[in-house]
Amino acid sequence: MKRLSTDRLWSMLVLAPSVILLAVFVYGFIIRTGYTSLTDWGNNSLALDTTVKHNFIGLANYQDLFTSLLNARFRQDLVNTLFFTVFFIAGCLGLGLGLALMLDRNPKAEGLWRTIFLFPMSLSFIVTGTIWRWMLQPQGGVNKLFGLDPDKYEWLTSRSSIWQFDWNKVPLITAIVVAVVLAAVGVRALRDANRTRTIVAFACAALLLAWALLVAPRLKFIPVPELHGFNIAFIGILIAAIWQMSGYTMALYLAGLRGIPDELREAARVDGANEWGTYRHVVFPLLAPITLSAMIVLGHISLKIFDLVYAMTGPDNAPTSVPALLMYITSFRANQFAVGAAIGVVLLILVAIIIVPYLASQFRGEKRA
Amino acid sequence: MKRIKAALLVTTAALLASSASAAGKLEIFSWWSGDEGPALEALVKLYKQKYPSVDVVNATVAGGAGTNAKAVLKTRMLGGDPPDSFQAHAGQELIGTWVVANRMEDLSSLFKSEGWTTKFPKDLLPLISSKGGIWSVPVNVHRSNVMWYIPANLKKWGVTAPKTWDQFLTTCKTLKTKNVTPLALGENWTQQHLWESVAVGTLGAQGWQNLWSGKLKFTDPKVVKVWDTFGKVLDCTNKDASGLSWQQATDRVVNGQAAFNIMGDWAAGYLSTTKKLKPGTGFGWAPSPSTSGTFIFLADSFGLPKGAKDRAEALSWLKLLGSKQGQDTFNPLKGSIAARVDSDLSKYSTYSQSAAKDWKSNKIVGSLTHGAVAPESFTSTFGTVIDAFVASRNAQVAAATTQQLADKAGLGK
Repeated sequence: MKRLSTDRLWSMLVLAPSVILLAVFVYGFIIRTGYTSLTDWGNNSLALDTTVKHNFIGLANYQDLFTSLLNARFRQDLVNTLFFTVFFIAGCLGLGLGLALMLDRNPKAEGLWRTIFLFPMSLSFIVTGTIWRWMLQPQGGVNKLFGLDPDKYEWLTSRSSIWQFDWNKVPLITAIVVAVVLAAVGVRALRDANRTRTIVAFACAALLLAWALLVAPRLKFIPVPELHGFNIAFIGILIAAIWQMSGYTMALYLAGLRGIPDELREAARVDGANEWGTYRHVVFPLLAPITLSAMIVLGHISLKIFDLVYAMTGPDNAPTSVPALLMYITSFRANQFAVGAAIGVVLLILVAIIIVPYLASQFRGEKRA
Repeated sequence: MKRIKAALLVTTAALLASSASAAGKLEIFSWWSGDEGPALEALVKLYKQKYPSVDVVNATVAGGAGTNAKAVLKTRMLGGDPPDSFQAHAGQELIGTWVVANRMEDLSSLFKSEGWTTKFPKDLLPLISSKGGIWSVPVNVHRSNVMWYIPANLKKWGVTAPKTWDQFLTTCKTLKTKNVTPLALGENWTQQHLWESVAVGTLGAQGWQNLWSGKLKFTDPKVVKVWDTFGKVLDCTNKDASGLSWQQATDRVVNGQAAFNIMGDWAAGYLSTTKKLKPGTGFGWAPSPSTSGTFIFLADSFGLPKGAKDRAEALSWLKLLGSKQGQDTFNPLKGSIAARVDSDLSKYSTYSQSAAKDWKSNKIVGSLTHGAVAPESFTSTFGTVIDAFVASRNAQVAAATTQQLADKAGLGK
């Protein structure tokens, strides 16, 4: 008994410094940033006068970010992040899985290939960005190599965008998407013959749809239509980002593929499954947890991405701007510390939306085990 | 014996240390590295000749237009560790950031004792003063509204340098039929730079000054027209602007892919030193359209932060910067002209001599892009407004947004 308590004491003593440091430098600063975002620090010209008191102004900064004319770039950055995240994750997963499947067939010099594909991950985003910037410049490597017309192949400099929508329609779009999801839940509940759930889901979906059709079109955040879409210039950055991170997903998938016992595949073949059927019904389902982990890791990378964009198109190129970049510029160049803090908090919330459910499920899993 | 030796050693070390601290130290903070490094070094050398006992610490933070340096400076100033003297663009960039925060010392008495009030142009002093004080010593002057071209190319295409924006738009049509980019443009800040030339050309010098003193609203039809003209001028530029640095944009002019380029007069140094072209014959220049007789200026300057550790040394540094000898040592190397009107022009290049002549005779107004007329918070966000306009081409929205920005930055208050 005595032995155990000294052990306990030691463990607490050893852990204490990092717990204290974490409490101050992570959680303390998060709270401080959150508070700063609710003040008017930097909203006037006296940003750097430390004798001036900063007034508490509630959520005004957030309201400004989402609705004032002046912050169009923030909203564009959010849209950019959304598109970037989707394509980045899809690209890394697709390419990574493809490479892993190829390597899983035991080609010659497998180790060499593995190293080659994994190598980009050992570079920092700044290095990757600089290399790809050289290659994708209008008169640069890729266009020269393939004899492409620099006026048509504007990898990083294009100013056009596709799939544009009006920011004023965001509530409408959100409501419709949520309603569709609820309807899907309702259909599933109907199939499971769960009556209450069916009714609740369909009722909520109908309510949302009605709101979307009757109220939302009249809602206006901004007096003028503000179009946002997927900016073509992001294609270059996506290529670089996928090049860098698909080796990582390949390694994950390869580990997963190697972890599948041969007996399972043989059993499938005995049951009459062809090659594709084996993958479709045996291999891919077993890889699902890996896909989830990879999505979590890639998702938070893409939300926080800063250095790659900075290196490739610079901090001032609005078509390829992302929230982290805007946060840096707003705080440290325009001296609008409160607005910068607000952007930081929005980013934190976005990352939390991805990470927290995952962590929660992990903890629950651990407890069960 | 050993003990005596040790004692001697300790004493000498102590003596050395104390003499070093008595001689003093001067820490100067700037973002002059690379091309501009030698000019700063020459100044430091001159300072050391005059004050040999002072130990000069050159705290340069490299990085384009000082973005990185400014972030480091903020940390140091707010952390109570200001450098003895630091570089800032003269005008509102310094005033709107550090003077309003009550962190700079008033240099009026220095200006008076050195007799500088009559040595700098009359239009300049109001731009570096506020609240009854003068806040920085301008070291150099650059001109922002210059249009560069290659005379031989223009001859080949049968055009001349346009004098007004209307003429430019006509010339633009001619050049487009010959498959030449009329105006080479680079990344975001050079677009802002172009906007400033369009605005001064459209509004006139007085209108431009009224804009910054709050007498003219950004939503005024006259200012909306600036955006319209700017849009038309943008149609004459290359599409891949956002991917080019100003040097790369200038290269397009040198290569004959583009006819004109509007850039500050650091381009003269680039064209003559790097590209080996002869000023006047190899490359030509003119005031940007509709701005002849107006000099849009920007200047690098040094100020004295409150609480500087080596105040006396910093003051002698500022004295050197404002002196004729100091300015004539620094500027020929930097490719700029002296802020003083009595500099020795024989030391300067052909281009600089012509610029210096204009500096004495023209109407002087401040540059927006380079920090003379608006505080950092305005300039930084204005880049975003430009970007939004480039995408949407909506002059009304751009005007309304700029007015909001001006209200927020407290312009004209």
